[in-house]
Amino acid sequence: MSTLTAAPAATASPVIDLVRRFRSRHASWIPVFAALVIFVAMLVGAQAYFGNFLTPRVLSALLLDNAYLLILAVGMTFVILTGGIDLSVGAVMAFTGMMGASLLSQGFPTVVVVPVMIVLGALLGLAVGVLVQFFDVQPFIASLAAMFAARGLAFMVSLSSIKVEDPAILWLQSTRLQGAPGTFYLTPTGILALTVVLIGILVLQYTRFGRTVYAIGGNEQSARLMGLPVVRTKLLVYVISGVCAGLAGVVFTAYTGASYPLTGVGTELDTIAAVVIGGTLLSGGSGFVLGSMIGVFVYGTIKTVISFLGAEQSWTRIIIGVILLVFVVMQRVIVARTGAQRR
Amino acid sequence: MNAILKHRLFWPVAALLALVVINTIARPSFISITVQNGQLYGPLIDILRNSAPLMLVALGMTLVIATRGIDLSVGAIMAVSGAVALTFIAGSDDPNGIPTVIIAVLLGVGVALVLGVWNGFLVAVVGIQPIIATLVLMLAGRGVALLITGGFITTINSEPYKFMAQGYMLGLPFAFYVSVIAIAVVALLERRTALGVLTEAVGINPEASRLAGVRSRGIIWGAYAASGLLAGMAGILYSSNIMAADANAAGLYIELDAILAVVLGGTSLMGGKFSLAGTVVGVFTIQTLKSTITFLGVPPAVSPLFLAVVVVVVVLVQSPRTRGHLLRLVRTVRTDSKAVAS
Repeated sequence: MSTLTAAPAATASPVIDLVRRFRSRHASWIPVFAALVIFVAMLVGAQAYFGNFLTPRVLSALLLDNAYLLILAVGMTFVILTGGIDLSVGAVMAFTGMMGASLLSQGFPTVVVVPVMIVLGALLGLAVGVLVQFFDVQPFIASLAAMFAARGLAFMVSLSSIKVEDPAILWLQSTRLQGAPGTFYLTPTGILALTVVLIGILVLQYTRFGRTVYAIGGNEQSARLMGLPVVRTKLLVYVISGVCAGLAGVVFTAYTGASYPLTGVGTELDTIAAVVIGGTLLSGGSGFVLGSMIGVFVYGTIKTVISFLGAEQSWTRIIIGVILLVFVVMQRVIVARTGAQRR
Repeated sequence: MNAILKHRLFWPVAALLALVVINTIARPSFISITVQNGQLYGPLIDILRNSAPLMLVALGMTLVIATRGIDLSVGAIMAVSGAVALTFIAGSDDPNGIPTVIIAVLLGVGVALVLGVWNGFLVAVVGIQPIIATLVLMLAGRGVALLITGGFITTINSEPYKFMAQGYMLGLPFAFYVSVIAIAVVALLERRTALGVLTEAVGINPEASRLAGVRSRGIIWGAYAASGLLAGMAGILYSSNIMAADANAAGLYIELDAILAVVLGGTSLMGGKFSLAGTVVGVFTIQTLKSTITFLGVPPAVSPLFLAVVVVVVVLVQSPRTRGHLLRLVRTVRTDSKAVAS
């Protein structure tokens, strides 16, 4: 009898060992896997419930409807990894969108307008970075000021919406790259978003700058003492977020075919929620752009499911709130556990 | 003179006075107060009346910030409490009855208190960062408010309810009394008992104060509960002012205005020492600024730009680094002038 009971235990322990070893070595990936599990579970559940959810059309729309959010989330991931936060992204997106639409309507060529939009985003990001880095203003307050400023500027450009008729901008959204009818399709905005994600991953994982970002988030003091370029990196992180916001302005303008100064109210919160759901720790130092992408998809899936159900969109926010809560508590447990292990 | 300059209320009060003076020069009617039927009217009275919701929210925010926290959910809590109160009145048989209104107010404020307790639970017991813990409710709260009102803007007709924000008592707006009472209660609790000192201790160093025997968990929890309760009262005042529960617009961005008021009043976002008087001055400054912006004919939508400028100037003035630069500048100018004189 004893051999019988011992045998399964002997086979089980290497597996448990493996799981344990994996968990301790890749602790920072665990939240990303959790997000992935939730994402897949939601897709499977929705497919089982609706029967027609996992279609190429719905899945393509999932990416293309959230392209702007994806771009914002990449920039936000950089900022949050350093332990900061950027509340200005939604308003900056609205401002650059308004500025772009206004310039286009005045007859400026697209090749000038798009870079101007991105530079405007970068400048606002730089302003936040300077406040944070050189004047010891908390990121929360500095980006809050930028949010107020950008929202006011957006309304200053125009109080009402501006229609965009520029063919090049509209081309970004209207072109469908599709192999055959009924298959997955992409638009240039989707490709743009995926490119930003790819660049984000490469920069964070394979450059000195990326490692410095993680180092600052882990412990800024140590990073400084190690001689890492903390000042430059922190400035750059906010500039990246600003550039992403400018780019998101381009994509969102193409998506809606118009610019409206109230665009993206609350988008900064959606972005932060997506990044946190994607497993990035708000205290900085741990997280991945890939996770943020999954976080955006989780957010998008919830929106899609709710419109499939024909339910009130207010449920989106409630469910996002609940999922955010679950993830934050989970992160808290993981952090507490790894902290205990280190001791 | 030096003592006055160094007083921590000097800059906030100076900013407020400067605004009032600028306004008075631009339009002398700004400081005029007229009496009609024994009730006071005038731009200054309007500021007193309109600042009441922000005052309530900012008081709660001061306590939360003193514990080194932040409460982003106050706007959403306002929306929920207004929605609860108005939905109750809309569904009652006697919307003009005083008992109905009292129950509605108690319901709205009670729900807000529960939400505040929930925030406090997440921060003090579960140990989640305040920004995120309250972000959850900030996101979900408006959704809940929309569900309560069924996605519509619930409007009601109820004289007693209307009185709270629009009525007058002894010549002054009733809403003003509400904020005065709130200030008095909070000030008495925090300054006439040890609570204020304990709150500051928790904000300055949570771990040390816990080791010293301060029940930091309870104090932090209480701060969020108070913030929720006050936000609930603000929600009642807001919905009473427009006589409608608008889940999307109620308290929109008020959390930011409140944080700004607290910072303007000289309370540091790093927690610890807080100044209720500073917050009161900060709230009046923001309200005066808003009234100025409206007077200048700037569309209200653009006003955030001016607030941003104010925020930046204030944080720059408060920044030790800027002060260092300024001091050095003053010193070099002085030594230069001495050199020239000699």
